[in-house]
Amino acid sequence: MSGLIVLDYGGGNLKSVTNILDKLGYTYNLTAKKEDILEADKIILPGQGHFGQFMKSLNSKGLTEALTHKINSGTPFLGICLGIQVLFEESEEAPGIKGLCIFPGKVVKFTEGKVPQIGWNELKITTNNTVLTNDYVYFVNSYHVVPENKEIISAYSDYYMGFVASIEYKNIFAFQFHPEKSGEVGFEFFRRWIEKN
Amino acid sequence: MLAKRIIPCLDVKDGQTVKGVNFLNLRHAGDPVSLSARYSEEGADEIVFLDITATNEGRDTMRNVVEKVAKQVFIPLTVGGGIRTLDDIRKILLSGADKASLNTAAVINPEIIKKASQAYGSQCIVIAIDAKKENNEWFVYINAGTKKTEWKVLDWVKEVEKLGAGEILLTSMDADGTQNGFDIELTRAVSLNTNLPVIASGGAGPCMEHFSEVFEQGAADAALAASIFHFDTVKINDLKNFLYNKGVPTRLK
Repeated sequence: MSGLIVLDYGGGNLKSVTNILDKLGYTYNLTAKKEDILEADKIILPGQGHFGQFMKSLNSKGLTEALTHKINSGTPFLGICLGIQVLFEESEEAPGIKGLCIFPGKVVKFTEGKVPQIGWNELKITTNNTVLTNDYVYFVNSYHVVPENKEIISAYSDYYMGFVASIEYKNIFAFQFHPEKSGEVGFEFFRRWIEKN
Repeated sequence: MLAKRIIPCLDVKDGQTVKGVNFLNLRHAGDPVSLSARYSEEGADEIVFLDITATNEGRDTMRNVVEKVAKQVFIPLTVGGGIRTLDDIRKILLSGADKASLNTAAVINPEIIKKASQAYGSQCIVIAIDAKKENNEWFVYINAGTKKTEWKVLDWVKEVEKLGAGEILLTSMDADGTQNGFDIELTRAVSLNTNLPVIASGGAGPCMEHFSEVFEQGAADAALAASIFHFDTVKINDLKNFLYNKGVPTRLK
């Protein structure tokens, strides 16, 4: 089945993402089948959970290659929370486990303040951004991405230090925050991303 | 900068919102779905549901309530009350809650904190603590505040942090229902003693300074209240404007 898929990797709470798609009136397929991934027109990778568990689960289901191929070949992709982190090479959360390696860079833990960061934080968008606005959005994260190529960064936020809140590069959008939990603001981000793609 | 959170709490019994004074005298306060939607619109940063039903039918009703709310309200939802097993946690998360709050079950069987945080992630495991002061020490109470335990609050906080909890929901039984303000001393002691975010609860009254005090002096990360919001004594948007003008990091709508 082609169309929009929400990748069901067997962990985390996907319901908040599908609830918002329902509310927006978009149809989607909640799936973890290789053939669905290969045929998808758009892919949403929601995620809460553990970097290592996620990659192990993806590897054991034999989906890593299909997902990487689709992302690299231009299929519109939206990653959320863990969905931004796995785009990089490695994470301090799971030393020795390779990510999807779409972008060079790594995922590191916050070193100051209460961890996880839980709550609403302000976006500071960069010029490389087409869907976000300078608003408060909801974060729940202990880790954040450090891309080697700073040009893919589309928004920062501050938690005792500046950190990357989102990236945008060609077909790839990924948010460290949870747009599906960010009220009307997040609602609009979803709408804009889907309409754009 | 991370904003301080304002969290309305809905005590839900048989699908309806109620609020007690000093854990007694339940008063009817309305339909949880419409209340949640209203709070979200007014700028609530999160919503906590406390299931005060004791029956299995009540639990199913609670899950239906959460399911309905989650389809309409796109801010974080936490559910507590009667959650005892990993399966309870899984079910409530599947119904659309973002976090599950454990109280009595965590004290009786602390291992559940470890298992739950490994299975679902620390971020969705909130430990609710009912604290009461006796002879200059705060003790942890369970069974809806009716049973004293041997745990001192500060020790219990350290323990749950070690076991993998993601957040603390701290209720002062001494302040709860008084509307005389949050328990600043307790909140500050806990917040400075842990690396987990602390939600202060109990004692919020009509005076908005109660909130600025608990953030500025109590070092709370979030503040929770029920009746003052249900009965419109304090409007969430007025409160947030007040906090913003006081210089407290606040998300305005």
